[in-house]
Amino acid sequence: MSDVVIKVENLSKQYRLGELGTGTLSHDLNRWWHRIRGKEDPYLKIGETNDRSTKGNSDYVWALRDINFEVKQGEVLGIIGKNGAGKSTLLKLLSRVTAPTTGSIKAKGRIASLLEVGTGFHEELTGRENIFLNGAILGMTKAEIRAKFDEIVAFSGTERYIDTPVKRYSSGMRVRLAFAVAAHLDPEILIVDEVLAVGDAEFQKKAIGKMQDISKEQGRTVLFVSHNMATISKLCKYGLVLKNGTIDVVGHVNDCVEKYYSSTGEVNLKGELIVNRSGNGRVKLRAIKVYSSISEHIVSIGSDLIIELIFDSLIKYNTNDIRIDLRIDNHIGVRVAWLSTELMPITINSNRINFIVPSCPLNFGLYYITTCIYILGDVSDWIQNAYQFSVAEGNFYSSLKLPPKEQSDSLVNFRIENK
Amino acid sequence: MKEKEEDWTLVIKPSSGLFDLQLREVWRYRDLLQMFVRRDFVAVYKQTILGPIWFFLQPLFTTITFTIVFGNIAGISTDGVPPLLFYMAGIVGWNYFSECLTTTSNTFIQNANIFGKVYFPRLIMPLSIVVSNLLKFGVQFVLFLVLLAYYVFAGSGVQPNWAVVLVPFLVLLMAALGLGFGMLISAMTTKYRDMKFLITFGVQLAMYASPVIYPISTLPEKYKLYILANPMSSIIETFRYAFLGEGTFNWMYLGYSTLFAAVILVLGIVVFNKVEKSFMDTV
Repeated sequence: MSDVVIKVENLSKQYRLGELGTGTLSHDLNRWWHRIRGKEDPYLKIGETNDRSTKGNSDYVWALRDINFEVKQGEVLGIIGKNGAGKSTLLKLLSRVTAPTTGSIKAKGRIASLLEVGTGFHEELTGRENIFLNGAILGMTKAEIRAKFDEIVAFSGTERYIDTPVKRYSSGMRVRLAFAVAAHLDPEILIVDEVLAVGDAEFQKKAIGKMQDISKEQGRTVLFVSHNMATISKLCKYGLVLKNGTIDVVGHVNDCVEKYYSSTGEVNLKGELIVNRSGNGRVKLRAIKVYSSISEHIVSIGSDLIIELIFDSLIKYNTNDIRIDLRIDNHIGVRVAWLSTELMPITINSNRINFIVPSCPLNFGLYYITTCIYILGDVSDWIQNAYQFSVAEGNFYSSLKLPPKEQSDSLVNFRIENK
Repeated sequence: MKEKEEDWTLVIKPSSGLFDLQLREVWRYRDLLQMFVRRDFVAVYKQTILGPIWFFLQPLFTTITFTIVFGNIAGISTDGVPPLLFYMAGIVGWNYFSECLTTTSNTFIQNANIFGKVYFPRLIMPLSIVVSNLLKFGVQFVLFLVLLAYYVFAGSGVQPNWAVVLVPFLVLLMAALGLGFGMLISAMTTKYRDMKFLITFGVQLAMYASPVIYPISTLPEKYKLYILANPMSSIIETFRYAFLGEGTFNWMYLGYSTLFAAVILVLGIVVFNKVEKSFMDTV
């Protein structure tokens, strides 16, 4: 027996765009005419890749095209992709909400999906009644729900409201209650779409912890979709990046997150500035470059990190009216440093400004710089992930060793004393 | 490494066989059916003062209206049966059928939201509708029995007979017809909404093509066959015959209705099953 619990083969899903009207009837008839003569569906041959931003010629698009992947038991697979990349379609197919156009999904065990929190909650029923209703919708028997009822209520933290109709609940309380029901389902495979966005920080932490429990301790498989890369990389070991309906990368979650960032177009690998920026544009950033004291091309740990910024008309303004912020994020979008003229005074006498970080305290890996220029207190030019650079391994500590990447992105000088 | 097909407990494919109905799965979700029935029953009359009394009031007022309009004003014969009883017997039966039909026919559109988010055997939904309507029917039926008991003891000549043993079967037939037709229509409305308009007045008109407000015995011969072609006709007539002792009872007519109901039910389930797989894309 292999321990593969989900096997997706050549999975595709075609959708028709536009409104359903008289045109659809003629297509339906044509399709039916082909079918009774034993021919292939004529509309399966056409269809374009699903890129929502370009205008296509065909009414048919492939929301997913030839997807192949496997998930092993106990894995938490993060599914990443831009809006419209096909994440939701994939989840819908996996949770049997709609059928694929071609291909197949094979699974071992019960699949429970949480595509939306509180599906089937009835406004007029109390929390107690809704736990039973929602549990049953998700596939639990009454006996199973009764056995876990107290646990569910305790996890949701809505004891006080349990006999109040759900319509009186706040949206956060609904999420709590619904997630609590779903988390106690005990399916072999749990599918979770971005549902945790509504809960407060405490509950999100609880929910993520619960999902980790489900996979690690109970050996169950979780498929998790989110736009929050920090959560994805914390929770998942493996990832899957979807792009225009096809798989871009499958593999270790860090590779996936990096690939996702580099494909979002928000980051430019060549160091050219992207055009998508905001601000009133009084002063604009023209170029940005990152290098080190020892090389024009490589930044390594321990060498001085130099971030060079060239502006178009900075000298027109007074030093006091200018504020420049640099934000450095790691590969999953977590901020590791904030450099600003607010912290260190500058004198402006040219359009070129260098920020210098002595003996680079960043661990090896990929980083992104977001730049923001304020003139007279207003945002003049704000570019998210304007530049991407990587830091190579080097010497920071006298031991010549470095902290493991998953432990820390920053390097702190310290000494140990024994008194 | 070669995987055997039977290793997989679930295989999702574009389309499956016409008769791949997965009834075992429906059975596994029977608790959900019970929940839906409970929800329908409890939720409908929340925040009303009269609550379940509304179940009684609706057929009662309809009966009184029919008695006045059709019995007193139009003077349509009731075969010698007290008009109140005559109309109520027809209405209680017809209501069950028509409610099953109209609610079931809305299954996909009404539940698009929940169907789009979570999977469970879709058949549970129409089944739960039939069962919750059965409860409603039960309540109205009790009202009818009370009225009947009053007339029997008052000595009006009405007398229930052996045919009452057929009543559970009649209810089953009405459920099957309502469910079957309803599922067919619901499957048709997912893509093209035209049927939705037909159903609203179609059911109303169909009542006049069934012996709800008139007995079959008073019909001219040339219309009789058309009315009897309606599978609900013999069911309502038999229902009336069982309790009131008046009406047309014929095994052949009833056999026709049974066959009709069976065919419609199977057809309905098969079509419904076919549509449920991809209806989310078109609804």
